[in-house]
Amino acid sequence: MNSLFLAVIGLAMMAGGYFLYSKFLGKKVYALDDRHTTPAHELEDGVDYVPTNKLVLWGHHFTSVAGAAPIVGPAVAVIWGWVPAFLWVTLGTVFFAGMHDLGALWASTRNKGKSIGMLSGRYIGSRGRALFLVVIFLLLLMVNSAFAVVISKLLISTPTAVIPTWGALVVALIVGQMIYRWRINLVVTTVIGVTALYSLILVGDRFPVSLPETVLGLPVASFWILTLFLYAGIASMLPVWVLLQPRDYINGVQLFIGLGILYASVLIATPTVVAPAFNSAVPEGTPSIVPLLFVTIACGAISGFHGTVASGTTAKQLNKDTDARFVGYFGAIGEGLLALGAIIATTAGFQTLADWEAIYSAFNAGGIGAFVQGGASIVNAGLGIPAGLAATILATMAVLFAATTMDTGVRLQRFVVQEAGDLLGFKIGKVVATVIALAVALGLSFGASGDGSGGMIIWPLFGTTNQLLAGLTLSVITVILLKKGRPVWPVLVPLVFLLTMSTYALIVQLGTFFTAQNWLLFTLDLVILVAALWVIVEAVAAMAGAYRARKAGEIDPDEEPVLDPVHGA
Amino acid sequence: MAPDVSRLRSGWRSLNATLTSAYALPYRTTLARAQRDEDDLFRLLVASEALGIPSPAAYESAELLPLLLEDMHAWHTRMGLERSPMDHLSCC
Repeated sequence: MNSLFLAVIGLAMMAGGYFLYSKFLGKKVYALDDRHTTPAHELEDGVDYVPTNKLVLWGHHFTSVAGAAPIVGPAVAVIWGWVPAFLWVTLGTVFFAGMHDLGALWASTRNKGKSIGMLSGRYIGSRGRALFLVVIFLLLLMVNSAFAVVISKLLISTPTAVIPTWGALVVALIVGQMIYRWRINLVVTTVIGVTALYSLILVGDRFPVSLPETVLGLPVASFWILTLFLYAGIASMLPVWVLLQPRDYINGVQLFIGLGILYASVLIATPTVVAPAFNSAVPEGTPSIVPLLFVTIACGAISGFHGTVASGTTAKQLNKDTDARFVGYFGAIGEGLLALGAIIATTAGFQTLADWEAIYSAFNAGGIGAFVQGGASIVNAGLGIPAGLAATILATMAVLFAATTMDTGVRLQRFVVQEAGDLLGFKIGKVVATVIALAVALGLSFGASGDGSGGMIIWPLFGTTNQLLAGLTLSVITVILLKKGRPVWPVLVPLVFLLTMSTYALIVQLGTFFTAQNWLLFTLDLVILVAALWVIVEAVAAMAGAYRARKAGEIDPDEEPVLDPVHGA
Repeated sequence: MAPDVSRLRSGWRSLNATLTSAYALPYRTTLARAQRDEDDLFRLLVASEALGIPSPAAYESAELLPLLLEDMHAWHTRMGLERSPMDHLSCC
């Protein structure tokens, strides 16, 4: 099987999803109509609510949701063969992720741009908000812990990425100053920033930094993890314009460059897929494909995190109701493309099946390292960039994606801790909240396994929690659709599938952790399982209520499009 | 060649505008809040004498008071006070 074929089929499926399925969703299910005034116009204040060009908004949505997770998930999951991962990513993007992102955006714009957390309070019930906080806390906890491990692994396996990784911080600091202090225009700043970053990659490629086995009495992996958390803690407390904002921006540009490099290389080199279609000889200890595939790949197929982005910021800036289709659905497709690229890199980037099997010698053995190695050989064949340099580029890119998610994640976790404090009736300061956020993530990284590599063991748990959040969002969407008397099947079927697979995976993993006597993860799994059952109970109750109301003929009054004299069609 | 130059220039400008809004969008709210917090601190300093806090710069800052009157109502409601706390600066 040639990877070009894979890329073309995948692209065609996603294009079909956008042109056909999202059109159906926009017309029949969500009934998008430009006669609806969007919150950006209705509540325009120049701060939260600002009508924004749909391309810019799509760029924001896409770069906020796509990062390291849609690379790591598929890179682990191809161990079951390329067909299952390919199908779940493509069908998932078309029928799950696109529908979910568009739905979350739609639900929010119909409710003055409120976040999914607030909407679950309104549509699921009074416990909805608390439930949402619990799920988001678990999700951030795991993403911070997992990504610290991902980065630490990459810094060890690709020592040439060390200089560009830390040098990128300096570049971001300077970019921030260029924009806010020196007021240099964005085009010039972008060119300078990207050039500086790629110069650092060239420097890093010449001067690899390999730390000794132990640093300050710690194994090198643990040292990197501690350093990363220290960095994330400091970065999350700085004013955002100093570091987080320029970093996010450069990362967004990098995402486009990375996708461009990857797909151009595949189109030119057309490497052959060496991995088996279905791997019948999976290494010992690999869990069963059902249900684990569906939680190993969360981002790239469906991810609840998108809902918080779509409903938090994106919905407040939507210019026209019908823009939602492009911003929400096509935003999800952007992430699907990255996941598809990761599948191709990890299955076609090796010379022979034996090479591939050597990399995928155990579950979690492949992962992001396989992406860097496989991707580099494709980029080498396609664009003629030396394999070593190509590996540095891809590793740096992956590290930067993960690190940006980490510092933003720690910052968001701080808000969650503070909000939870408010709910319990006491005020938590910025520093204390950050310390709590870091302590729990570190505890998980080191508690799950002695050297801090616990982050990768929890990857499927992270996926499960992400799906749980998506389940919560889809439940909210279903309740709204029921109230409006619209078709619910396109949402309800994925919802049931998602919650079934997540719960099933939690039970399977509960057994695994019990056998391994990993009590920390056993407890965490149990907590997530309780949260999952809680989501199901609350969602079923809310849906049953909405269904009864629908049977009784009560239709939500805002079903009829509101005619607006200024922005009306 | 003149039209081409102007086309290039407008293309550059629109590219710059697009990138600028892409840069600002994700953190617009955060920055606006930070700005507002700083303004609130400044307002407190200017109005401190009227609030009963001795201020050595009261004479100099008094002439700024009228400028702050505009947002007075928004400010005191934000501070959790239903009515204006100042005797002579009432807005509601």
